[in-house]
Amino acid sequence: MGNTVIEKIIQAHTADEVAPGRIVWMDLDIRSARDFGGPNVVKNYEREYAGLPLADKSKTYFTFDLCAPACTLKYADNQQACRDFARRNGVEVYDVDSGVGTHVLMEGGLARANGTVVGTDSHMNILGAIGAFGQGMGDVDVTFAFRTGRTWFEVPESVRVVLKGTFKKPTSAKDLTLYLLKVLGTKKIALRSAEFTGPAVAGLSLAGRLTLCSMVTEMAGIIGFIPECGAEARKEIESYTKTPYSPFSPDGDAGYAETIEVDVQGLSPQVAAPPSPTNVKPAVELRGTKIDSGFIGSCTNGRFEDFAEAARLLIGRKVKKGIMLKIVPATRRVYKELLARGILQDLFEAGAIVVNPGCGGCAEGHVGLTGKGEVQISTGNRNFAGKQGKGQTYLASPAVVAASCILGHIAGPEDL
Amino acid sequence: MDTTSHRGRIWVLTDKSGTLIEDIDTDQIFHNAFLHITELAEMGQYALGNLEGWKDFPKKAKPGDIVAAGRNFGAGSSRQQAVDCFIALKVDAILAPSYSSIYFRNAVNSGFPILRCGELDSLTAGRKLESGDEVEVDFLSGKGFNLTKNSAFSVEPMSAVQREIFREGNLFAFGRSFGR
Repeated sequence: MGNTVIEKIIQAHTADEVAPGRIVWMDLDIRSARDFGGPNVVKNYEREYAGLPLADKSKTYFTFDLCAPACTLKYADNQQACRDFARRNGVEVYDVDSGVGTHVLMEGGLARANGTVVGTDSHMNILGAIGAFGQGMGDVDVTFAFRTGRTWFEVPESVRVVLKGTFKKPTSAKDLTLYLLKVLGTKKIALRSAEFTGPAVAGLSLAGRLTLCSMVTEMAGIIGFIPECGAEARKEIESYTKTPYSPFSPDGDAGYAETIEVDVQGLSPQVAAPPSPTNVKPAVELRGTKIDSGFIGSCTNGRFEDFAEAARLLIGRKVKKGIMLKIVPATRRVYKELLARGILQDLFEAGAIVVNPGCGGCAEGHVGLTGKGEVQISTGNRNFAGKQGKGQTYLASPAVVAASCILGHIAGPEDL
Repeated sequence: MDTTSHRGRIWVLTDKSGTLIEDIDTDQIFHNAFLHITELAEMGQYALGNLEGWKDFPKKAKPGDIVAAGRNFGAGSSRQQAVDCFIALKVDAILAPSYSSIYFRNAVNSGFPILRCGELDSLTAGRKLESGDEVEVDFLSGKGFNLTKNSAFSVEPMSAVQREIFREGNLFAFGRSFGR
């Protein structure tokens, strides 16, 4: 029997026999830690491995994206503890000016197809979008990886998710992703590696691929891959890696635990209502729900085209008085492109609040927090109770967030 | 650690209707407002601090207690603190039908007994397992016994790697045991 994508990547990084359910020792190409988790890694390292060298400093990175620049004294201390450790050990830091670590590692050509990448970010598996095995890990795992360059891993089963049909704008990759959350929930691909296939994903841009792969975490999956890749996405990936994009493809006789078919023909915009990313409804069913604030950004929807799509709707219009629209580009590179193409000016003129790159409201550090009674519509990936504060968070596409902020209630572009 | 079985009082994380709570995410276990904490001793006070109905857990928990939860426990973030907060309270084991992959690894790597128990939903629904019951669980054989209700149940025994890491204490000690 042939192999799936995850099995091929793992096999390329271990001498052990690879099969679902087996535990292997796997080499890690990139080991990283953020300003959350990173300080714990430093503390663990100095307690467990004092005086001992890193396995390979050139494969070890810090990426600060959570509270950037630090807005609390604790984060300032924690970031500086990581910087000091990095300087002592010759490790590169993508500091508070850089943006979301996974995106930065991708844009820097460090995370690459068929590689293994770990870090203290549960959305590390977003790198499935470029054919890499990214995996979020806790500070014990990452400390061990810093020192040894390896970890143990249980080879997951693979599941094939076949998407039937196509959809048109303004339905986007985010709507597709939310719909899949509705259909797959947190059970169907739980603890498995998913391979998405079909015309609805084959031609996705890199931004769209990132959106889908990021939320495999919310589906409780290990990682998602999209073996087919359109020309536009390929071109962007190659612009980062400077080498031809040639990810592993699954064998024709690869062994899948299950094949799941999902019909997405003519899909309409979708919204996840609180308190869970799987609580998804067609946007029209929630139309009219009053909002107080909007957020566009995060690892899920923080790419150039996400903001360009919002700007397309906001040009010549205004964010409704009393509504806050917060804009957080994923990376410095995205920010630069938005500046160069005049998009930031468009968003500013429309009344949006534009801040520096980072993770945004997914953790307490940056922008995107909600007060008690506040209703937020966000392009982020989680809306669990209390996560971003005591308010209620709805998850949607950049187009739906932009339209909602113009009208002051949940709406689609067709309502403008 | 030598002992492979543990006896203690169990907390069954149920909602108001008495149903096991599923998909408890790491922001409910250890909220992101406290992510900056790196001292284990400071973490216990925030355990389950954002889980409706269980916010007073740190005050109720005693060393040696066991926690039981619904499927996909530990969804969400990679934060080790969501495991460490239980270690800080000296909780001795967690049982659930399933866990998020990262959460499970984090617990295994800390040498913290985390065990899959497929029967939990039916045990809870049938009131064969309730908060306050005294239970005994053998991590290696998978045999469980509820001393309060005088009934047996079973959990999945630890896997080989989990057992070895548990035996050595944590991933660091385990690595050193074979020269890494």
